[in-house]
Amino acid sequence: MKTLAVAFINTAFLCLALVARADLTIEITQGSDNPTAIAVVPFAWQGGGTAPEDVALVIESDLARSGQFAPVARTDMLGLPSTQAEVFYRDWRALETEYLLIGKASPTPNNGMRLDYELFDILRQTRVFSGFESGPASDARMLAHRVSDKIYEHLTGVRGAFATRLLYVSVTRGGAGNKDYYRLTMSDSDGARPIVLLESREPLLAPTWAPDAVQIAYVSFETGRPAIFRQDLATGKREQLTNFKGLNSSPAWSPDGKTMAMVLSKDGNPDIYLMDLATRQLTNITNNFAIETEPTWMPDGKSLLFTSDRGGRPQIYRYDLASKATNRITYEGKYNARARVAQDGRNVVLVHQQEGNFHIAVLDLVTNRMQTLTSTALDESPSIAPNGSMVLYATKLGDRGILAAVSVDGGAKFRLPSREGDVREPAWSPFLSTK
Amino acid sequence: MVTLFEHQIAKVLSTCFPARYPGGLIVNQTSKDPQMKHVSVAGKVVTLLFSAAFLVACSGSSTKEDEEAAAAAAAAAAAAKAAQEAQAAAAAASASSSAADAERTRLIDAAAAYGNVFYFAYDSSNLTPEAIAALDAHIAVLATNNNNVRLEGHTDERGTREYNLALGERRANSVRDYMVLNGIANYRIEAISYGEERPIGYGSGETNWAQNRRVELVVVN
Repeated sequence: MKTLAVAFINTAFLCLALVARADLTIEITQGSDNPTAIAVVPFAWQGGGTAPEDVALVIESDLARSGQFAPVARTDMLGLPSTQAEVFYRDWRALETEYLLIGKASPTPNNGMRLDYELFDILRQTRVFSGFESGPASDARMLAHRVSDKIYEHLTGVRGAFATRLLYVSVTRGGAGNKDYYRLTMSDSDGARPIVLLESREPLLAPTWAPDAVQIAYVSFETGRPAIFRQDLATGKREQLTNFKGLNSSPAWSPDGKTMAMVLSKDGNPDIYLMDLATRQLTNITNNFAIETEPTWMPDGKSLLFTSDRGGRPQIYRYDLASKATNRITYEGKYNARARVAQDGRNVVLVHQQEGNFHIAVLDLVTNRMQTLTSTALDESPSIAPNGSMVLYATKLGDRGILAAVSVDGGAKFRLPSREGDVREPAWSPFLSTK
Repeated sequence: MVTLFEHQIAKVLSTCFPARYPGGLIVNQTSKDPQMKHVSVAGKVVTLLFSAAFLVACSGSSTKEDEEAAAAAAAAAAAAKAAQEAQAAAAAASASSSAADAERTRLIDAAAAYGNVFYFAYDSSNLTPEAIAALDAHIAVLATNNNNVRLEGHTDERGTREYNLALGERRANSVRDYMVLNGIANYRIEAISYGEERPIGYGSGETNWAQNRRVELVVVN
């Protein structure tokens, strides 16, 4: 059962979908070397008329996007089983299928939907996993993403992050003499069901999620100056948190949700401050004449990473809250900035400059090894999935800003081009509560 | 619940569309109307003549006609002299005022010829000689008025957005510091950074990047 708040968000999303724009599509550009062949058979619709959503297609696309699975084409399928009795292993073996997912979609009272699914190991000729997901029929795609999460976890041992959401900024150019049009948009993790949360003729940037995934924060220039706002997705309530002279940017919630790290230049140059959200008290943790920006929390909440050019060029530093000590952590290359940390506290994704180009790289904090993940020239704003598997980032295709993703091992890549405008600054949500 | 939410979203959206300052454009205030000064000098002349006439009228109550006549003549002479002096002063003021206006117009034209955008080298907030020449022209104009200015710092698209916000602020501050050093009061200047959010040229390559690395001077009153 969902909590009231989550159910409410889902309802609210539905009504807002009417104003959605900047739809993203998916183009897989590179898969892993040895993907697992899986057949996702269209789910049998148990209601009248046609199925309201092709949930099997949503699941198939999720698994394909991860780069770890190669779906069997529907046109190659010799039958479309929806029960164990209808499964003929021989047929699937002929297609070199390793796993088979079948299921049923059923309407439930009060506009609900239930998805029942079964996973088969074709080589071992056995059913290995089964389950169901239920919720509002309007949320069928999210139910399908939850099935994907379960299948992914069963087959890879890693929790799936398909039933999550994205925030991003899209910009429609104003044309000669006109101002650009900025939109803060939220979508499902596959870019579907975009909802415009905010529109402005002044810049919007740095969207970020609270750990509860119900609140977000961002920077808006709507007052003529940069200011940090937070917004509750359930109620729509919006609050301006800062209004200082100079920069007000880079909001970052602590893992316990009580503190917000931010960048303010009210005392002359940009420093990292911690704001106690209950008392609004500010603490400057950098106090340096250099540029300090882009704070992000380690998952244990005991230290933060940030970018500083105190050494002459931007590099990543780590501030320990208990000892108040600051240590530089990047040494490879002249420009390393805007770090984000995976939930394991080990992989740090960042923007790394190589021969004048900006790429996304991953730094392993244990081995201190840095691996460049992308090869395009202007890659920025990396955001890591809550399960640490994929990195979403912004890049340019021609002179258009688009979102793209790469797996943390660099093996799989896909792009999410927008139908119109420039898209940037993706922020992948934490896991959503479904309990 | 849905209606309430829709209402709240509508409220949120409506807060984003109030009229805003005309960003990126120089709002060039016209100098003070020169006619105003002429009127005020002429006003002083009238006041002086009126005072003299009043003295003449009052003197009618004197007992000795000679004294009255002498006093009246003296008063009239004084009034005439005062009027003459006032007229001379007015003429002088008018002459110097139009000279000042001409000079102010010359300064404004000189500043306008430079434009209100100052450009920077990559990853630099140092003022170039060209930027300094343009700034000097704007400072000369600002020294003659009480206008406030907004300095909007921008960067090209290379590097991270937040770091570029900081770099844009450095550029705006570097222009501000130069203006303050040259006599423009700090309180008249507001420095704002837009980072890479407001490009002039959207494409990549040095042609676009060079025109995006800039500080724009906007007169705000």
